[in-house]
Amino acid sequence: MSFAWAKPYEPKTGLGRWFDERLPLPRLVYGAIGGGYPVPRNLNYWWNFGVAAGIFLTVQIVTGIVLAMHYYASADGAFNSIEHIMRDVNAGWWLRYAHMNGASFFFIVVYVHIFRGLFYGSYKAPRELVWMLGLVIYLLMMATAFMGYVLPWGQMSYWGAQVITGFFSAFPVVGEPIRVWLLGGYAPDQAALTRFFSLHYLLPFVIAAVTVLHIWALHIPGSNNPTGVDVKTEKDTLPFHPFYTAKDGWFAGALLFAYCVLTFFAPNYLGHPDNYIPANPLATPAHIVPEWYFWPFYAILRSFTVDVIIPAKLWGVTAMFGSILLLFFLPWLDKSPVRSGSYRPVFKRFFGLLILDVLVLGYVGGAPITPLNIALGQLATAYYFAHFLIILPLVSKFETPLPLPSSISESVLHGEKAEAAPIGQTKPAN
Amino acid sequence: MVSQVGEDHSLRRRDFINIAAVSFAGVGAAAVVLPLVSQMSPSADVLALASTEVDISKIAPGQAIKTVWRKQPVFVRNLTPQEIAAANAVDVSTLRDPQTLAERTKPGKMNWLITMGVCTHLGCIPLGTGEGENRGPFGGYFCPCHGSAYDTAARIRQGPAPLNLQVPEYAFTSDTVVTIG
Ligand code: HEM
Ligand code: FES
Repeated sequence: MSFAWAKPYEPKTGLGRWFDERLPLPRLVYGAIGGGYPVPRNLNYWWNFGVAAGIFLTVQIVTGIVLAMHYYASADGAFNSIEHIMRDVNAGWWLRYAHMNGASFFFIVVYVHIFRGLFYGSYKAPRELVWMLGLVIYLLMMATAFMGYVLPWGQMSYWGAQVITGFFSAFPVVGEPIRVWLLGGYAPDQAALTRFFSLHYLLPFVIAAVTVLHIWALHIPGSNNPTGVDVKTEKDTLPFHPFYTAKDGWFAGALLFAYCVLTFFAPNYLGHPDNYIPANPLATPAHIVPEWYFWPFYAILRSFTVDVIIPAKLWGVTAMFGSILLLFFLPWLDKSPVRSGSYRPVFKRFFGLLILDVLVLGYVGGAPITPLNIALGQLATAYYFAHFLIILPLVSKFETPLPLPSSISESVLHGEKAEAAPIGQTKPAN
Repeated sequence: MVSQVGEDHSLRRRDFINIAAVSFAGVGAAAVVLPLVSQMSPSADVLALASTEVDISKIAPGQAIKTVWRKQPVFVRNLTPQEIAAANAVDVSTLRDPQTLAERTKPGKMNWLITMGVCTHLGCIPLGTGEGENRGPFGGYFCPCHGSAYDTAARIRQGPAPLNLQVPEYAFTSDTVVTIG
């Protein structure tokens, strides 16, 4: 695993040696996140978001387990048990707000993490499996977050469950039986709530397991870096500990600070007030929206309004799932051998447009339906697919990339000589 | 010891035991998966809520009510003569899900439009039963979720929904009572 110059683990105490001979767990940790794991020396802050994602997964698991000690998954009692947590349970309000906003931060962090990969070409060989396992994690996160949002059994919970399980009824013949099977009834009710709770508790541990695979696969080639150039010599790397543990640690502190600001001062800012109304199966809220992190996909879903060969509804659902499944093929859609966007002038512009496009989709997905918003959503949806299926393959074929640095250390050390020169001289006197 | 390979290259004893053992385990696994899958289907008590009676005597022309069948909303609407005329004026062949009002109501009771209150797009409850609710551009029902508009025969006219609002099985038990299911 990793590079030839990686330092092997050397137990410092007798007890350490005794333990290592019987269960080499300290060895594993040392080689994965300790001094025995060499990392490119030039990583910028965009590389801090992987560890940050791990931190928020932990936050969700810890707060979730304690919330589950007070919550009950009953169609009559779930809403009240949430109010009980908010008002009566010691520090319950804090635990719930921490879990609610923790989910949002988890998504913020993972979105940055994904776009980092998109910009620096981290999905390209030899990291295709790292990328694909990441996408599996992301799909699992979406399922977990959706089911978690159903648990308070408020209006948005209920109608979100209705709309999202309704996706399945788009598929001909088998769709409706699948929907009824998933819900255990004809509409969301007790059966659906209980199974969602069961799965919401399970999936984060599955995510943790897939994260282990994700990092295992990453540690074979090691991390990519802002130049996209492969690590060549020991000079190109630094040991993970203490260099990146320190950087990740400080960044985690800064991020947790932002998270606390939101949790304590605007805990409901990212939520929807209608979810404080108990679920009513006989009244749909006038404006159903999912949580903000699903807005871009919701916009894609709503963009299909006319039947072309297959019904509009099936188009919408297919396009929505397709927008993510497409990313699994990214390593083969973008054939440019240059990884980093910094050396790809044309790609860089289109990458900027893609970010803008996803922001527009996000806006449209959260906004009420008006003819203008629908048209905007259709345009943005078309561009999203065009970016990956047309623009990226063409750009990778015709673009002339900028010259790459010959090594990571060269790219890091440029200008150092001039800096070392006495004032008034541009070159060191030697 | 018995020879492992048959003289005539027939099936070896070991192979047979291997195939038999794996098949047996396979059948066992399938037998275990079946209940694990079917436990998720609607349980007996959910299926038991199969029929419901509705008193329609208090619904004036132009009004509608929402009732519940199998935990899902059902719309019962007393159409006005104008609404019936509007529904019948539509050229059926232009519809996404072509059906006439007569096909969607009971003979001689064309004013009683009884449909599921579940949007055929993704299952929201369309507006239009309550007093003053938005009935959409076609005067029937309007689904706020993604903008599907239904006409006065509850047929889909605009928006993403693929089908007309579903007409449940029902029968007039008397002139003023309808049994759904
Ligand atoms: C629970 C969620 C996740 C966790 C805990 C996680 C964790 C990590 C960690 C610790 C790293 C190494 C540090 C870094 O490069 O930032 C990493 C790398 C990576 N992750 Fe994730 N990740 C998660 C989700 C995802 C998702 C959703 C994707 C994309 C679809 C993804 C794609 C990648 C890629 C491509 C790398 C290699 C990056 C490189 O070296 O350039 N990850 N991940
Ligand atoms: S659920 Fe009615 S329009 Fe989508």
